[in-house]
Amino acid sequence: MLRFTLKRAVLMVFMLLGLLAITFTISHIAPSDPAALAAGPDANVEMIERYRVEYGLDRPVYEQFAIYLGRLLTGNWGKSIHTTRQVWDDLVEYFPNTVELVVFSIMIAIVLGVPLGVIAAVYQNRPIDHVIRILTVTGVAMPMFWLGLMAQLYFALHLGWFPLGGRIDMMTDPPGDITHLLMIDSLLRGEFGTFLEALHHIVLPAVALCFPALASIIRVNRAEMLETLKQDYIVNARAQGLTTFRIVAIYALKNAMLPTMAMIGLRFGWMLGGTVLVETVFDWPGIGLYAVQAAISSDFEPIMGATIVLGFFFMMTNLLIDIIYGILDPRVRDQV
Amino acid sequence: MTRPAAPLLSVRDLRLEFATFDGVYQAIDGISFDIAPGESIGIVGETGCGKSVTAKSIMGLLPSPPARVRAGEILFDGEDLLTVGENRLREIRGNDIAMIFQDPMTYLNPVFSVGTQLVDVIMAHQRGKPKSERMTKQEARDHAVDMLRKVNLPNPERQLESYPYQLSGGMRQRVLIAMALSGRPKLLIADEPTTALDVTIQAQILDLIDELRADFGLSVLMITHDLGVVASVCDRVVVMYAGQVVENASVERLFDHPAHPYTRGLLASVPHPGRPAASLSGIPGSLPNLLDPPSGCRFLGRCSLAGDDCLTRPVPVALADRHEAACWRAMEAASAGT
Amino acid sequence: MVEETTRDLPATVPPTAPSFAERHAGTIRALRLYARTFARNSSAMLGLGIVMIFLVTAAIGPWIVPFPEDAAGSIRLDKKLQPPDDIHWFGTDEVGNDVFTRVVLGTRVTLQIACIVTGVAMLIGVPLGMIAGVVGGRVQEAIMRITDVFLSVPGLILAIAIVGALGPGIVNAMLALSLVWWPGYVRLVQAKTLSLKNEIYVQAARSMGASNLRIVFVHILPNCTSPIIVKASMDMGMAILGAASLGFLGLGAQPPFPEWGAMISIARTYLPDWWWYSFFPGVAISITVLGFNLLGDGLRDILDPKHRE
Repeated sequence: MLRFTLKRAVLMVFMLLGLLAITFTISHIAPSDPAALAAGPDANVEMIERYRVEYGLDRPVYEQFAIYLGRLLTGNWGKSIHTTRQVWDDLVEYFPNTVELVVFSIMIAIVLGVPLGVIAAVYQNRPIDHVIRILTVTGVAMPMFWLGLMAQLYFALHLGWFPLGGRIDMMTDPPGDITHLLMIDSLLRGEFGTFLEALHHIVLPAVALCFPALASIIRVNRAEMLETLKQDYIVNARAQGLTTFRIVAIYALKNAMLPTMAMIGLRFGWMLGGTVLVETVFDWPGIGLYAVQAAISSDFEPIMGATIVLGFFFMMTNLLIDIIYGILDPRVRDQV
Repeated sequence: MTRPAAPLLSVRDLRLEFATFDGVYQAIDGISFDIAPGESIGIVGETGCGKSVTAKSIMGLLPSPPARVRAGEILFDGEDLLTVGENRLREIRGNDIAMIFQDPMTYLNPVFSVGTQLVDVIMAHQRGKPKSERMTKQEARDHAVDMLRKVNLPNPERQLESYPYQLSGGMRQRVLIAMALSGRPKLLIADEPTTALDVTIQAQILDLIDELRADFGLSVLMITHDLGVVASVCDRVVVMYAGQVVENASVERLFDHPAHPYTRGLLASVPHPGRPAASLSGIPGSLPNLLDPPSGCRFLGRCSLAGDDCLTRPVPVALADRHEAACWRAMEAASAGT
Repeated sequence: MVEETTRDLPATVPPTAPSFAERHAGTIRALRLYARTFARNSSAMLGLGIVMIFLVTAAIGPWIVPFPEDAAGSIRLDKKLQPPDDIHWFGTDEVGNDVFTRVVLGTRVTLQIACIVTGVAMLIGVPLGMIAGVVGGRVQEAIMRITDVFLSVPGLILAIAIVGALGPGIVNAMLALSLVWWPGYVRLVQAKTLSLKNEIYVQAARSMGASNLRIVFVHILPNCTSPIIVKASMDMGMAILGAASLGFLGLGAQPPFPEWGAMISIARTYLPDWWWYSFFPGVAISITVLGFNLLGDGLRDILDPKHRE
């Protein structure tokens, strides 16, 4: 298992280098002069030239890439024009909010999606299966940002059940940073009121964000359960007198979970993309909103920073899923 | 030979069909046979004759739909398994009747260790017992090791940790046998347990079943297409053809005085050391279409003795003590011998 | 089958000229089977119906809308933000344009975006996948690793980064979406090519000295079309969502261009009182995407029987 994990981790380092190569390339295909961008809008020709030399932009491409990597490693991720702060500091502030939203959302998708998939499979072609199918088919078709807006319209404005947006009420003092994750910090500090308030704020965006992933998870899990329930080892489990619940919920589900895990990994990527939309709709102070505001004003360094962080986060979750996969399936684990 | 008092399992006039896309497939058409306590019975026949369906219907393992029981009863210790309901059946499975299958490769769950699966089954058997007699998880584990030792699996403690893909076919079949016998059932149904295995392993597994049968006082219902298997482990044979029982006799009687032309064909197609290979004869023709079975003798199209009377369905004729054959020519054939 | 019909023809007809129907008897039979399987699948038929309505609307939209001049954003402030009624079915927007007109005109834009994004992605991805699969070795290694890296970045994020570098706008948005869309096709085609390469008939062709090029065009490409069609149909829906998302973020089509995402982007500032302005474009997106998804599912059921549930 350790060797398996190490091998995946090494592979991930190469993927990360690939990701940085992409962001590096994008910054170079940009029609605007990166030196002029870095120097800022008010710089004169000499200042731009000075930046060009300072950032090594007059050197060969591979040297520039090395310089770029070195720059990132030392925490110099450039400056944001619209926040006028260091990109790294911005990312440290905004990223935990995104992590909270996305993780909360994928949890909802898994906790609801897996059982619903099982139910749909067990009651194949009965009314409940049809209801679940309509849910999944519409779930992936609705644009997430519109779903968010409609949820805001109905649940926040019309019914008044949830706040319209934001991470927390403006009047509330956030708990002191421990993990930078608001909900966890408020719990750690024992501020339950703040925790409930944060929970109250996260529900609508998380539900809007989880919908497409939820639909995919249900769909895949249903198909895999149907396939698994036909297998010989299920017949044997019945012949040995195991209860139906145990057969479905443990013997079949663990096998069906393997492809479902792969789907969860893929859909997590959708969510990281979708978080940009949902954060925009719900005014959620995360890295997605930060990236969009930067992109609209062609503020270059923050977009690249956000891309790298989200790409890295996606790779880490895929590594995690690979490891879980290895734990679930002994064949995968021993293959390496 | 003395007639045993009360049968352990008694299948009476069982009729079972499958609703398929093309029509109603009459898989089993009025079969009857008994198994006495401690007795070992073989059901023999070609692929598609209904022998596996019979086994699965005893265990209540056929999905319904498409399977449908039209008539008959399956009495086990006086209880009709067709009417007891799923909850009672679950108690009976493993505790009273256990089953092992054809392909050991696919009947173990690939993502659980052997130990987990064995202990799970043993724990499932504790449900029906009074609280004081129930095993703890540790006792169940010890019992699992015991069972693996009984089926002659080397290193039983270590094998508990291994996963099915790490075991050979023969070892997996031993694990499945251990699993099946862990609840000390009275009847073991073995559905072609050696077909998927190498010849040397086949013999080992058959010996093991024979040995355990004596140990546990088991009755065995062996489903097979191989008369060699029947000869080595069975007391009695039920020959099935196209969903019907055509002959039912003790092994000695069947091999010495086969009465039904189909049985004789089966025996003739078994290679024999003392006979030149050239005289090996198969049975020409194939099974009748069970979507629309003929009303007379189902073997009619393939039978060399067929006559006009064979257009009516033959009734079983008693030829000797506990030897019956469903053929209008059975008397002549049996007296002629082989 | 074809040869037999040729032989049975009367002598007056030259045996070299069988009719179209005869020459393609096998293909026609297969198509008829596909059509029947498809027609029995009600959700696939629903998808096909939606897509047909969408295509017809895109084709004749400019001639059927009640207020054609609203496309470019004419200004009639006296009629601004009126709720839906029998003249303005979907209400009007903040400058008095008819929302129904703009939603109908949006079909054409949406169709263009979806076709271009999927088409460009296919043009990049399919040849790369085929080269990787047929050539193998280091070339395959390089192509597949690059593909993996692209797949390891969430698509929308990468698209935003690219738009951020190139500047907002509908052309750049389409370019960005195409650039993040191709890796899926590489994976699909490469896997299919690899499995086909091991088929006996391809190996036979190779052993008889067929060139790589011939193997690609005669044996591999025709066998890849079904999965590509299925994926393309699903991707049309996804590309529509992607383009609408970029439009919504203000990075794609720019108002007053009648693009659904961009419309919602403006309309959200008029929530909750003028709800119809954001509601109807969203419904249009949902139904269109639903149509392509259902169609894709149906196509997969007939073209790729392995995936049948």
